[in-house]
Amino acid sequence: MNAPAEPRLRHRKMDVKSGRVDLSHGSGGRAMAQLIAEIFHDAFANEYLDQGNDQATFPAPAPTGGRMVMTTDGYVVSPLFFPGGDIGSLAVHGTINDVAMGGARPVALSASFIIEEGFPLADLQRIARSMGEAARDAGVPIVTGDTKVVERGKADGVFISTAGIGVVADGLELGGHLARPGDKVIVSGSIGDHGVAIMSSRENLTFETAILSDSAALHGLTAVMIAAGGPSLRLMRDPTRGGLAATLNEVANQSKVGIRIEEDRLPIKAEVAAACEFLGLDPLNVANEGKLIAVVAADAAERIVAAMRGHPLGRDAAVIGEVIEDDQHFVQMTTAFGGGRIVDWLSGEQLPRIC
Amino acid sequence: MKYVDEYRDGKLARAIAETIRAEADPAKTYHFMEFCGGHTHAISRYGLEDLLPPNVRMIHGPGCPVCVLPIGRIDEALELAKNPKVTLLTYADLMRVPGSKGRSLLKAKAEGCDIRMIYSTLDAIRIAEENPDREVVFFAIGFETTTPPTALAVKAAEKKGLTNFSVFCNHVLTPSAIRAILEAPKTGKLPPVKIQGFIGPAHVSVVIGSNPYQVFVAEFGQRIVVSGFEPLDVMQSILMLVRQVNDGRAAVENQYIRAVVPEGNLAAQKLCDEVFDLRDRFEWRGLGHIENSALKLRDAYARFDAEKRFAVERIHASDNPACECGVILIGAKQPADCKLFGTVCTPETPMGSCMVSSEGACAAHWTYGRFRDKAKKNEQRIAS
Repeated sequence: MNAPAEPRLRHRKMDVKSGRVDLSHGSGGRAMAQLIAEIFHDAFANEYLDQGNDQATFPAPAPTGGRMVMTTDGYVVSPLFFPGGDIGSLAVHGTINDVAMGGARPVALSASFIIEEGFPLADLQRIARSMGEAARDAGVPIVTGDTKVVERGKADGVFISTAGIGVVADGLELGGHLARPGDKVIVSGSIGDHGVAIMSSRENLTFETAILSDSAALHGLTAVMIAAGGPSLRLMRDPTRGGLAATLNEVANQSKVGIRIEEDRLPIKAEVAAACEFLGLDPLNVANEGKLIAVVAADAAERIVAAMRGHPLGRDAAVIGEVIEDDQHFVQMTTAFGGGRIVDWLSGEQLPRIC
Repeated sequence: MKYVDEYRDGKLARAIAETIRAEADPAKTYHFMEFCGGHTHAISRYGLEDLLPPNVRMIHGPGCPVCVLPIGRIDEALELAKNPKVTLLTYADLMRVPGSKGRSLLKAKAEGCDIRMIYSTLDAIRIAEENPDREVVFFAIGFETTTPPTALAVKAAEKKGLTNFSVFCNHVLTPSAIRAILEAPKTGKLPPVKIQGFIGPAHVSVVIGSNPYQVFVAEFGQRIVVSGFEPLDVMQSILMLVRQVNDGRAAVENQYIRAVVPEGNLAAQKLCDEVFDLRDRFEWRGLGHIENSALKLRDAYARFDAEKRFAVERIHASDNPACECGVILIGAKQPADCKLFGTVCTPETPMGSCMVSSEGACAAHWTYGRFRDKAKKNEQRIAS
């Protein structure tokens, strides 16, 4: 469950009585935020959920003490195997990242499988081995799991849910509500790679590209950033579904600020730009699985970017903009032309089942 | 990105903007309509409005195929999709367009109708071939740009002997819409809009050429500059229109010389002529009924015509009375003038089609430009 982020819901409430879930409710845009707010928050409300982050931070009960982070995420990506990864490695990386964005050191993962009758055992083994490898590489073990099989047609191959827990160092306070005017916005590298890699391998849309998914575990990079930034770090987020645009809008809404980014500074690979061009997509809305954005105090920005560039997953880190005062909480972009535009949430469904 | 980046060069754009500011006479106003949603999108996406002097005003035109489709046609498609034998194929833009009673193809899909999004008419043929037990209907919409691919699909279906493929045809014609807008002061059917020149269609003109616009110079003394969809194309075309106004000239000029020739794509025109015939009249959202403004399948291809195959009954449905799409489509009002804009009407809960398509004026303003509204309102308040 993602940030409720209180999108400007001036529009109508959902028609719960006769409405139905459609694909836009899962797309990471405003429709999904509305679904979460009106169905799940309404039912679950508590102070930890209300933090509105991709993970919840809570005090570990006595006698353990300290603070813990917990997160969970479902994976339904299609196709299951794609350039640069598969559903298994994605399920490990994505959950580690959600823990890491809370400033925590990931400790353990769980994995739950919903498998469709008839699914090839060889594929299942390939996925499991990929998960095991990703978990070992990250140093975060999968310590428990669950398996369910459903009749043919009741699932699409395999769906995986993972959960993760981690521990947070004392004194570290991160959160989507902590961005302040004057802060800088940093992105850790090129955007849009994952979404384009998935698109390129879709059955009905195969095109040749050298782009690989950026799927990666980011807890090493976040550790470097925490060491370099300390209390100057306000928040970290991984811009997955809905892309950079959705993540920046969540932050702007939670922190009740505006954000202005510079188009010229966005790291976008030429191949990604080209694929987005002919598919009619905006790279700002395309998903990433191995990138993060951070909001940091202005005087620490250079130091943090320099530290990130020393890590293999942060080599192309750059300041892309800043937090501004704006009572309407818009994310704006100065275009390469020198004009202004909004960077909005995605409306409806852009690419179904990318993660 | 070769052949794209060249047309998005910020430095060049600022230089053209400088020239426009230098040449536009502060004593004059320059009201130009960009006909196509593609141009509206480029203007909003690149923030071109910020580069133009205040007396050069761009008016958004009706060139958004989804936007001009009347609600009744969506309702008819929804009826088609309800038929359990039918697989309805559509371009993604149409999925969220509201029919009457808040229905849409996206919702019908969630309720179980077999509705699928496709990227190409070739996919439609493939799906028909792979599903011989399904009645595969392609929801064809668009101006002259998307008409040839539909014609090709019909020809391909004929060649392959497909008996389960048909087209729900909603193709419309650009010159008819331009004429309706220009005749507005005379017919009184539409509110008159001051237009001193048109940014003419890009892709449409690749197919039909620039010659069909000559009549608007002769009859209405209008200026038309056929323009590419890239932001630099639009900036250069605006400059060309400013110069025509300054020189007291009215002509068809072609900025998009890398793709458009005066006579257009003759092969595509021939193909379309073979497959399609003019409808006597067709309903446009915002523009009302316009004679000879849309296409249907010729009798020789009647078996591929979904309207005949399924005896589709005409549905007449009215827009939400508060929705201003109609007057926004012809440039008589701007999106922010509509009471519904941003209140009940947003891309998630669109009341009108202009809020749905990425080419629609309201969606473009919502997605890219609405941050200016508050400042503008403040200015207006201070001025009054």
